[in-house]
Amino acid sequence: MGFALFFILAGLIILSAVGVVLNRHPVRSAMCLVATLFLLAVLFIFLDADFVAALQVVVYAGAIMVVFLFVIMLLNLSDDAPAPPQQSRRFSALVGASLFVLGLLYLLRQAGLLLPGPGMGTAVPQGFGSIEMVGLRLFTHYLLQFEITGLLMLGGVVGAVVLAKRKVG
Amino acid sequence: MVPTTYYIALSAILFSIGIVGVLTRRNAIVIFLCIELMLNAANLAFVAFARQLGSIDGQVIVFFVMTVAAAEAAVGLAIIIAVFRHRQTINADDLRLLRW
Repeated sequence: MGFALFFILAGLIILSAVGVVLNRHPVRSAMCLVATLFLLAVLFIFLDADFVAALQVVVYAGAIMVVFLFVIMLLNLSDDAPAPPQQSRRFSALVGASLFVLGLLYLLRQAGLLLPGPGMGTAVPQGFGSIEMVGLRLFTHYLLQFEITGLLMLGGVVGAVVLAKRKVG
Repeated sequence: MVPTTYYIALSAILFSIGIVGVLTRRNAIVIFLCIELMLNAANLAFVAFARQLGSIDGQVIVFFVMTVAAAEAAVGLAIIIAVFRHRQTINADDLRLLRW
């Protein structure tokens, strides 16, 4: 992937991510997050992660975000109430986050040449990132973790139903 | 060819945008959306490193992150619904019973 394409995509991703934070209305925030997820899926395809990109669109942008939108509409939330004076908090969050970013970027600059592995330029094995390759690894080397994930999902489902069905008062 | 560092930098920026959202927004659902943003920043780093190392493991981990995100969203949103039933609000500033 060329630099121009990467920077266009990265700019769009950052723009929509900022939209998640800045939009007053939760539905618009959620739609901005969907856009971010789609654009990230495009990046995943360029990184030879076809199956993960498909999962990103189907599971993340499809299923998880629908749950979010459903709850937003269920609660029928209006816009965030006009803020009481909280400029100090906003300011400190911005300063802290920019310092965090600058520190991370500095670290990356220092560590960038030390990255292990063959690197981006080299060719990947045939079928890298395909369902077959990911699935083979998932169901052999990561089998125990996969089973534990199933337990986690079961716990999540039971917990969500118990919490949401509980009678008030 | 874009070096891996650029992807990791984008991931760091996305993660920080998520942090700003968690710290500044008061709507609990938007805070959750920002947490999803941070999880996706981690996913991008995993996929970029998988490509860098030529190993599929990073992509498998992304699968696990997605499952955790799904479980977290289901339980978290159920908690939000329960809180909303009790208090008629999900404004994080109004929920101060456990706050020091």
